[in-house]
Amino acid sequence: MPLTVEIVTAEQLVYSQEGVDEVVAPGADGEFAILPQHAAFITTLAPGEVRIIKGGAEEVMAITGGFFEVRNDRIVVLADAAERADEIDIERAEAARRQAEEELGERHDLADLVKIEASLRRAQARLKVAERRGRRGRAGSPRPGG
Amino acid sequence: MATIRQIRRRIRSVGSTAKITKAMELVAASKMRRAQERALAGRPYAERLTWVLADLAETLPLGDEEALPPLLQRRELQAAGIVLITPNRGLCGGLPTSVNRKASALTLDLGVPTKFVAVGKKGRDYFRRANVSIRAEFTELSDYPDYQEILPIARVVMDDYAAGEFDKVFLVYSYFVNTMNQEPRVRQLLPVELPEDEATRAVDYIYEPGREEVLAELLPRYVEMEIYEAILEGIASEQSARMVAMRNATDAAEEMIEDLTLTYNKARQEQITSELLDIVGGVEGMKV
Repeated sequence: MPLTVEIVTAEQLVYSQEGVDEVVAPGADGEFAILPQHAAFITTLAPGEVRIIKGGAEEVMAITGGFFEVRNDRIVVLADAAERADEIDIERAEAARRQAEEELGERHDLADLVKIEASLRRAQARLKVAERRGRRGRAGSPRPGG
Repeated sequence: MATIRQIRRRIRSVGSTAKITKAMELVAASKMRRAQERALAGRPYAERLTWVLADLAETLPLGDEEALPPLLQRRELQAAGIVLITPNRGLCGGLPTSVNRKASALTLDLGVPTKFVAVGKKGRDYFRRANVSIRAEFTELSDYPDYQEILPIARVVMDDYAAGEFDKVFLVYSYFVNTMNQEPRVRQLLPVELPEDEATRAVDYIYEPGREEVLAELLPRYVEMEIYEAILEGIASEQSARMVAMRNATDAAEEMIEDLTLTYNKARQEQITSELLDIVGGVEGMKV
């Protein structure tokens, strides 16, 4: 029986897919892969990417941490924030990270600091995923005329 | 007795007020719907989180307070904290008053010094006037706050709790029952009250890295999620209260216009009558 995958954040259901063959996720102790028939399992996630593999095709979601639950071939990812990898604008992510780092250097009150810290974490996770995408894209498909 | 011109001016001014209140009613209605949708969209996350927490709770050493994570430890109540969620703006009927009153009543019931974390201007102003200590205030939330926006609130509360500023923290907010009814509610935020496991699922989860680690990661998120939900409830309540208040205002204005129009017509008729009498009187006078 194939896997069902849902990625939810506190704000919304971000992703939902059925008939999935394999899911790879960044666990707190390192990356792991889940295949059908896995035992019931809950783990914390590190910022990084969740890869959903279905019929040879792969979809990538950037997450900034959260929880991963699998039970009866149903996977639920409780993400702090999630984004589809191809929606990530690498320049925007880079700019966001730089800005967050600069702001962290300055003095701020606590409320600001928490926000900046969170946006820095988000930007870093996005960048990581987007960079992977970029590399793979270039290696995989030869550029026209190149 | 008002002159005809004064009445006419009055009708026009009430009419434009009615237009404004009507527009505000429509805006509030659409904002209310969006707040409700948001609250609904967050349900699956909240349910899962509660579920996992309930599952973890079964094996906690509940008798031994010392062994529990700090956010679960019950302490002797010496100071309390209230996260007070109120609207930023008025024109929403009795909503801010009823929430503030609920918070005041809670303070009296607790009988210990209480510190406030004010989310929204209405609550902040009320308790500032009463000279109550306000630990932090958040008055810049947008109409549709995203999760990121509420994280600082959760951080302030959890840090102060960890630092022993208060031993119990309550959320006081307005619960959205339906469009016509909003109900001020109190909910204990800290120490976290463990949810009852509704469905006995008898699943033996494997926890990685371990139960304690997962629990330690989960508890702060549970607190954040509770605050987020309460704020969304508060916004839905605020907008629905405003919608109803504005509808009443529009109705009252329209009724007033009707009354004024009646008075206006009467006065106009009287004027015509008296002018006619003048003319007739004049003609009679010339005949003589």
